[in-house]
Amino acid sequence: MSQDNNGNDKNKKNADSENEDVDVSRRNFLKNSGVAAGGVVGGVVLGGLWNPFNSKEDTKSDEDDGSEMLQEARTFFSREDDFKTLAAATQRIYPKDDNGPGAIELGVPYFIDKQLTGYWGFNSKDYMQGPFEPDKSDSHGLQTKLNRGEMFLAGVRKMFEMSKKDHDEDFFDIEGEQQDEILEKFEAGDVDIPGLPSDVFFNLLRDTTIEGVYADPVYGGNKDMEAWKMMEYPGPRMGWSDKIDSEDFVSMDPSSLRDYQGGGL
Amino acid sequence: MAKKLDKVDVVVVGVGWAGGIISAEMAKAGKDVVALERGDYKNRSDYIGVKDELRFDNRYEIMQNLSGDTITSRNEKDEKALPVRTRTNMQIGANLGGASVHWAGASYRYWPYEFEIRSQTIDKYGEDKIPKEMNLQDWGITYEEMEKYYDKWEKTAGISGEQDPLAPERENEWPNPPLKETPSLKLFKDTTKEMGLNPFQIAAGNMSETYENPDGQTLNACMYCSFCTRHGCDFSAKSDPLATVVPTAEEHDNFELRTGAYVRRVLYDKDNKKAKGVMYVDESTGQEYEQPADVVVLSAFAFSNNRLLMLSDIGEQYDPETKKGTIGRNFNGQYNSAFNGAKGFFEDEKFNLYMGAGALGAAVNDYAADNFDHSDLDFIGGGAIELRQYGFGAISSSANVPKDTPSWGKDYKEKSLHYAYRTLQIWYSAIAMSYEHNYLDLDPNYKDEYGDALLRSTYKFGDNERNIAKFGVEKCSEIMKEMGADIVEEDEVPEEFDHSFTGGHYTGGVVMGDDPETSAVNNYLQMWDVDNLFVVGGSAFPQFGSHHPTPTIGALSYRAAEGIEKYLDDGGQLAEAKTTKKVRNV
Repeated sequence: MSQDNNGNDKNKKNADSENEDVDVSRRNFLKNSGVAAGGVVGGVVLGGLWNPFNSKEDTKSDEDDGSEMLQEARTFFSREDDFKTLAAATQRIYPKDDNGPGAIELGVPYFIDKQLTGYWGFNSKDYMQGPFEPDKSDSHGLQTKLNRGEMFLAGVRKMFEMSKKDHDEDFFDIEGEQQDEILEKFEAGDVDIPGLPSDVFFNLLRDTTIEGVYADPVYGGNKDMEAWKMMEYPGPRMGWSDKIDSEDFVSMDPSSLRDYQGGGL
Repeated sequence: MAKKLDKVDVVVVGVGWAGGIISAEMAKAGKDVVALERGDYKNRSDYIGVKDELRFDNRYEIMQNLSGDTITSRNEKDEKALPVRTRTNMQIGANLGGASVHWAGASYRYWPYEFEIRSQTIDKYGEDKIPKEMNLQDWGITYEEMEKYYDKWEKTAGISGEQDPLAPERENEWPNPPLKETPSLKLFKDTTKEMGLNPFQIAAGNMSETYENPDGQTLNACMYCSFCTRHGCDFSAKSDPLATVVPTAEEHDNFELRTGAYVRRVLYDKDNKKAKGVMYVDESTGQEYEQPADVVVLSAFAFSNNRLLMLSDIGEQYDPETKKGTIGRNFNGQYNSAFNGAKGFFEDEKFNLYMGAGALGAAVNDYAADNFDHSDLDFIGGGAIELRQYGFGAISSSANVPKDTPSWGKDYKEKSLHYAYRTLQIWYSAIAMSYEHNYLDLDPNYKDEYGDALLRSTYKFGDNERNIAKFGVEKCSEIMKEMGADIVEEDEVPEEFDHSFTGGHYTGGVVMGDDPETSAVNNYLQMWDVDNLFVVGGSAFPQFGSHHPTPTIGALSYRAAEGIEKYLDDGGQLAEAKTTKKVRNV
């Protein structure tokens, strides 16, 4: 995964112009297909219309740094509703506030999508031989037969379903407090999902969201190191042997793993 | 069909500190040595430029891949054990260099009291002090005998330290001066000193200065970069086998290292009580090999050492009903009963907690071993009170919030950003005892990728673990208050073991001693039952000590290396059994 990202970073300049092309062709497509006028709505088209990163505050980074955008497409989640539900849930876990951006602005939903396409999402380095006793996950560590990718799908679909049932609306369209109520039910373990205690899913969702917020941007979250800026975390550096005994707090602009490795080839 | 290879003098199974030391010493002595490591070949360049918290701290990049095998866990012997499935709950070092590549570096010797803990506890407090179900044992070796092996390991590893005021006086100085002092360490030291305690800088496997060890290997000065514990070192500034004993062994033509070699059996001649060699699988081809040897050394993690003996039907499996058998007996380790203490939140101070080194820290040993009177206490043994500045990544620092903070949402975000660098933790590294109800055996239900039974752990806390942890929490809390924290929170002592093997330090099961009825190996780590089989590593600990295990594993490995040479020269048992019953000749 990191190689892909490095590769894309390398082509930063080209990517800017490519991204413009994409935008143009998308607009053309929308116009030609008549979707904008209320025609048949296809998933791809809807995905193009819905872009959580196109909030006003963020247009700058979209335009200035289009290379990031090329990596922001779903490669694990198929259904757009699943992904939008996931995104809305992560934003409740790590909201935007006066300190700075929330999970969506930081790219966390794409971070999760990318994590789930890799070995971790398929539990490839975990012991996955049966027999399984998923209900013992609370007392014995993760015991589910479902892998993490399957857990995410089952979990967000259940959230979507609960919102429809309780509010007759999509999870990502209901009020924040209503989203919280659903999340709290998951957290309390009160939601029935076959093979998946809901608190186990909630903890996975919570922890993966926080990882996406604060992990190195190479993984697709922590966009522009904005989370590190909020925390005053400087990122990976050569070392601190000249500052380790400093009496004062040392604050500086963050630097990424790509900076540390030098980037490019 | 297994391919039979040419016989060698010594075959070593597992190459961490223990296997690395044996390999280097045998290679230097001119013996033909083959070392088999199940993990991948690694060297310094594998850890350069990859400072990545998610990859190493959250995805556990250099911990064992559990898809092929893990262990199963339960508390009581009438329960069904379940496999520990994820690396969140099972962190065992993998690949060449073993767990020592990702260790933090804290380097304490065990105490004279701890090597003779049974005899000295009885002498001082009477036999009634020891609970009936506690298998409290002497090690069959004294601190005085261990001193030169500790010294040897510390020099190989280049440990940076200063004299602990309460520890026995050292024969030689620490090979490197102590690491630098940070404001948080200074605060801890000043406060504990004022309280009448005896603080010192923790001895560290992180180089305070560039160092050349007696084998001619050079380690660089630590950069305090913080990517240390759970990572390999970016600069070869951490004492580990890849920077020391492995390259030393590799300098010799009579040493051969084979990685991706998964040992499944010790080949055992039951009639003559001799190990003939080992059978292993080349993990890249699936081809099985038999490697014959005059001496077989098991130097893997304690779990693997135990399991290999059990799968090979060597020695007598411990039975908790009859209390007979020594293999799997006295299983112990630094469980979550250790490392409890207190957190302090400082409103007006921000510490540079993103800087640090694995063993950068300060400690007091006033409550270690038997350095304090236990007459009126409801436990035996002790631990160090430590404050560390590991250097924390952003994901980790985001967990620094007071207890009443929600784990998500607006309030969580606000508080986690506020307290990220305002939070200090001190803990008590409490001793962990062995009990007759805690043991290892083979699991009847779960198998590894080759169809062999997984190892099963049966473990629950004794009162000693709960009581000593509560004592430690109180002491840590007092210190944290004196340090001036605005909020002091005491860790909750767990009532029972939760099947999460995250402490990394699991020991025993093939323990050393001087009585073959209660120990599996003698004080050269040579099996009582099998003269040419040495089982080296944490598996030899009869119970845990006050501190982290690595220096004692290193020292015992040098002791074992000396024993193996003696055996190759003279043969036979190297130590005399104390018991009158000659168990091994039955």
